Amino acid sequence: MAEIIDNSPALEIHDLIVSYQKKPVLYGVDIAIPEGSMVGVVGPNGAGKSTLIKTVMGLVPHSHGWVKIFGGDLKNSIKRIGYVPQRESVDWDFPVSVMDVVLMGCYGGLGLHRRPGKKEKDKASEALEKVGLEAYSKRQISNLSGGQQQRVFLARALAQESDLYLMDEPFAGVDAATEVAIVELLCQIRDQGKTLIVVHHDLATAREYFDMILLLNMRVVGFGKTENVFNAELLQKTYGGRLTALSEIADKLAREKI
Amino acid sequence: MNKSFRSVFLIFALYFLSIDQLYAARIGELVESNSWDQIKRFFTFSDRGLQLSLIGALLFGSVCGLTGSFIVVRRMALFGDAISHAVLPGVAIGFMWGMEKDPLAILVGATIAGLLGSVLVQAIVRTSRIKQDAALGIVLASFFAVGLCLIRMIQNHEGASKMSGLKTYLFGDVAVIDSSDIMTMSVIVVLTFVLFYFLYRPLLIVSFDRQFAYSLGIPVRLLDAVFQMFLVIAIVISLQAVGVVLVSAMLIIPAATAYLLADRMNKMIFLAIIIGVISAILGVFFSFLGSNLPTGPFMVISSSLLFAMAYLFSPKNGRITNWYRYLQLKSKVRKENTLKLIYHYLEKNAEAKEGVNIEVSELLRTSKGDTKGKLSSLRILEKSGSIELENKKLSLTNLGLEQASSIVRNHRLWELYLTNEANYAADHVHDDAEKVEHLLSEEKVKELELFLDHPTVDPHGKPIPGRGQV
Repeated sequence: MAEIIDNSPALEIHDLIVSYQKKPVLYGVDIAIPEGSMVGVVGPNGAGKSTLIKTVMGLVPHSHGWVKIFGGDLKNSIKRIGYVPQRESVDWDFPVSVMDVVLMGCYGGLGLHRRPGKKEKDKASEALEKVGLEAYSKRQISNLSGGQQQRVFLARALAQESDLYLMDEPFAGVDAATEVAIVELLCQIRDQGKTLIVVHHDLATAREYFDMILLLNMRVVGFGKTENVFNAELLQKTYGGRLTALSEIADKLAREKI
Repeated sequence: MNKSFRSVFLIFALYFLSIDQLYAARIGELVESNSWDQIKRFFTFSDRGLQLSLIGALLFGSVCGLTGSFIVVRRMALFGDAISHAVLPGVAIGFMWGMEKDPLAILVGATIAGLLGSVLVQAIVRTSRIKQDAALGIVLASFFAVGLCLIRMIQNHEGASKMSGLKTYLFGDVAVIDSSDIMTMSVIVVLTFVLFYFLYRPLLIVSFDRQFAYSLGIPVRLLDAVFQMFLVIAIVISLQAVGVVLVSAMLIIPAATAYLLADRMNKMIFLAIIIGVISAILGVFFSFLGSNLPTGPFMVISSSLLFAMAYLFSPKNGRITNWYRYLQLKSKVRKENTLKLIYHYLEKNAEAKEGVNIEVSELLRTSKGDTKGKLSSLRILEKSGSIELENKKLSLTNLGLEQASSIVRNHRLWELYLTNEANYAADHVHDDAEKVEHLLSEEKVKELELFLDHPTVDPHGKPIPGRGQV
């Protein structure tokens, strides 16, 4: 086998504990995701999938453990991360056009006050073309369908030109044809050597979409190549309810602040 | 809940005011004159006091529109309201500093009080079960109450004469703005505009999608703090003119009006600034006209009227605009249905072509209901040149035949499309086509024709009228 050179993984999480208002959501998460992989994060509602993404982004504080991105800490690497939040997280009546939103992705290279120029606009148009929304660039975002809104978010992430993409349910509320198009796009991004971590709801499709699967239910139930992880036993463990003892003790720990 | 808080304040404030006569600050010299003379005086701008008032209105009106735009899109309107009440104790303490109206001391005091209020609200929300609306209510009420007590203490201590400058902070009077106020205001307004110019993009991103802003490495918390500080400052410089009780309205209403009219943030800000300035100047005008009416309420009433106009007549989504559009569509549908009726009659009894005479009574017999409506739409069709009416007989003109064929074509094309492409049963498509036929654009029809390969017969075996057969 070829040697692996430079070898800090794209994302490394070590013994991570996260609690939300005293309720633990993630417990002892310990994973390393190699560069160039497309990882599906799968688990039941309330398993902490979104929380994991938000913790990596630094949007949610963690009480224990650490997160490294390309071997460095978040502060230095945040510009290498592209983020696709859940569609419901923003107000779609906001007075901006599709182009405005995608241009937000180019902000990182611009600095505090510079306006986007031709270069940025070209980049944004290109991203819009990739998601098939070039005809909509001047529309106000409230006039878009759910699937189109999701694609706008994707175009914005593309314009960010990141090395690690974190996507929170990019297929939610998207029609089948759009889903196929999005998956194709994600594979293209992966083939450019970038890393994608995608929260996904649908077990049926997870198997074919992703190279690696992270089975999550408060703790990591399984993580590895899809063919190794995606089996009945582990899925049963993931979806078979919470470990009540774990959540109770963790609850207590958080309350007592030991 | 907030509303009831508000009414309590108002009662409080009115009680305070009733203790001694309201000091009637007036814009300019008070001369006995009729309103016509006042209007003339207003538009000659010769009055020094009036000039200062107008400059003041321009300054704070624009800064309220600018800051308010972000307040509205970030859904922070209640927050703005709470902070505007929370500055009152700061105003009083700033006044106590030198026991005179020193704009700088008052500005500093009010800003500190406002920021303290905002920090407290956030602290309460973060560390307890209380949600933001209740926290805002608590802080707003307590700060305002402290402010009222302090003002009363100053009054007791110093006597009513010193109070004149202070009392205007409650309900606002643009007439007390003097040239040193204008200096302070100008500096602040320029600063605010420069700041928003440079921070426009990060502010926009944070307002639209906070989490994404974090992912870009934007210092979100710092930006929030800066924004809040400038929000407080915008409130403080508007305070004298509008008053604590109403100042939040000048932040919210012009921006909300602009929100109804614009669909891009930069346009919205531009409009909000203009509407803010117009409202402020209208307030000055009415107050000047009435000689000693308080300016704050008039400014707010003016901006509310502008809001009402946008709400009713906004070209995009105004209530009346929509209603008017609905009526237009309805009359179009009625007209088209009558044409269709004629076409069907001709198709059945003769040939669908121009110039064939039909008895009006015969035509009406073929369909049920609303004879009056049909007669009136026949008259309308006659006026527009689609049909000719003579001796109770009608005939289609060339134009009318074209219109009638087009609507029948739309109907039958749509029926065909539904049965062929959407797998509708042939006996289920009519009702849908009845509606869609009026809404299909010329482009869509051509698209359908191309897609269905220029069909000639509909699912019921009736011919689809071709083009240019007329």
